[in-house]
Amino acid sequence: MNAIVISAVLGVVMMFCGVFTNSKPAVRFVAIIGLLGLLIANVLDMGGYHFFNVNVNGMLAFDIFGLLFNTIAFAATWIYFLLSGRDMERVGVNLAEYFALIFFVLCGIAIVSAFNSLLMLFLGIEIISIPLYILTGSDKRNLKSNEAALKYFLMGAFSTGIMLMGITLLYGAKGSFNMEVIRSGTTTLTPMLAAGLLLLLFAMSFKVSAVPFHFWTPDAYDGAPTVFTSFMATIVKVAGFIAFIRLFEGCFGEVHKQWQLLAAIITAATLFIGNITAVFQQSVKRMLSYSSIAQAGFMLFALVAMNETAKEGLIFYAAAYSLATIGIFAVLLKMKDYTFEGFNGLAKRQPVLAATNTIFLLSLAGIPATAGFWAKFYMLSAAINNGNVMWLVIVGVLCAAVSVYYYFRVIQAMYFKDGEPQEIETSRGFKGLLIVIAAVVVLLGIFPHWLINQLYSFFYL
Amino acid sequence: MLIEKYIYLAIALFCIGIVGVLARRNAIIIFMCIELMLNAVNLLLVAFSKMHHAAAVAKGATAGIEGQLFVFFIMVVAAAEVSVGLAIIVMMYRNTHSVDVNFLNRLKH
Repeated sequence: MNAIVISAVLGVVMMFCGVFTNSKPAVRFVAIIGLLGLLIANVLDMGGYHFFNVNVNGMLAFDIFGLLFNTIAFAATWIYFLLSGRDMERVGVNLAEYFALIFFVLCGIAIVSAFNSLLMLFLGIEIISIPLYILTGSDKRNLKSNEAALKYFLMGAFSTGIMLMGITLLYGAKGSFNMEVIRSGTTTLTPMLAAGLLLLLFAMSFKVSAVPFHFWTPDAYDGAPTVFTSFMATIVKVAGFIAFIRLFEGCFGEVHKQWQLLAAIITAATLFIGNITAVFQQSVKRMLSYSSIAQAGFMLFALVAMNETAKEGLIFYAAAYSLATIGIFAVLLKMKDYTFEGFNGLAKRQPVLAATNTIFLLSLAGIPATAGFWAKFYMLSAAINNGNVMWLVIVGVLCAAVSVYYYFRVIQAMYFKDGEPQEIETSRGFKGLLIVIAAVVVLLGIFPHWLINQLYSFFYL
Repeated sequence: MLIEKYIYLAIALFCIGIVGVLARRNAIIIFMCIELMLNAVNLLLVAFSKMHHAAAVAKGATAGIEGQLFVFFIMVVAAAEVSVGLAIIVMMYRNTHSVDVNFLNRLKH
């Protein structure tokens, strides 16, 4: 509960901050300190210190899984603020409002990671989505940003409609929005229940951009201001998966087999289309948006396997993927040319940027000794433990091999090609932070249990 | 009072909305079709709520008001969405003097 209340209050505080001061460093400072406070409050919540005792009537359930995810999402957002906070100033004049909207998104994330009623799922997803429509279109004079916002908005609202129909049909069949009632009674399947679950599956696939519902993603991510694409493609996307897992956990009695096949087909299609299309991209930003679809395919493994390994693996995947992608976007933001050629010869001019970027790309490709390797390892082993979907594991490994090609294209451009000198301003703090993140990615790759164990031990303070 | 009739009506409205979203090119009309989908859901929720309520009263229990509460939440969220969505459409109109979504195909390159 701490996270939900405090993030919403912080959003309002940021809006007032924009009224009372025009100083951009001050606004940024308040946002960074506020988010740090939010992170600490959430960790204390894990340790049993609940600041707010609100009777939620069973609509929210705060379990370790959701709180752990909140911690990772807030920590990733904090790093994102530190790395890219300055770049937000270049989008427009309303810096405080951008921070406020991001805090509202975090409030939505805290709700979807704890929902126990379909009403809360709906509200949480909308609280995430509506500020994101605004952030996507925040570069008001840029036509691409406008188009991305309109497309994202129309697709988002459309999928909300589908989700609501699914919720309604479930309600019609079960007579309650409570997840426990829905879980307990799905053993016999009526047509209405099946239609409701199917519509919910489609709507959630829209939200996490799984194939065949992914078509809005590259356009929305490509058109949005790069600094907000970084946020959308990492933290928000992973939050969608948490909601997805919580929703379908134990929802399927007798139909488990058929449903798993359907999820496996969606997963395989997501992996295949995401990776193959990413190969043909000319712009690194667009490549990263297809790569986010491909990574979503790996996160969908958790949905297919649906066991404890999968849930822990998803948390780990969230951390590994978010850190690496935020790092790459932070480097990309410093570039003026987003094509692969723009990265030519970066290693000679900016050795630190190139080296850290290489580590992030290796992590996304899943090379051993990086966090990304263990993230993929957990996902694949969860699927193997499940035992019914061996073909999907093989597809996953093959697609991971394909993904190496487009990640290494960037590394090749940075190290083995000569390019025209391009002025890049970076501060010492920025480089230091990139090195720290790269070190964390490598450390997680060498001691993968460290993070999970640390966070679990916090829980038993 | 048969619940099936309400289900058929709501599904019909919902499908009109979906077809409209997929077939029309005018951003405002797409938007109206999305609202039609949401209102079909509202209608169905109220009908189900009444059905569950009647079933609960017969057993001497009270239940079935949740669905009607949900309708209010949908209305509030839809209003928030409308305000953001219309702002985006107006912003787009200022730049392109058109609300045709075929403009969007330019992003593909």
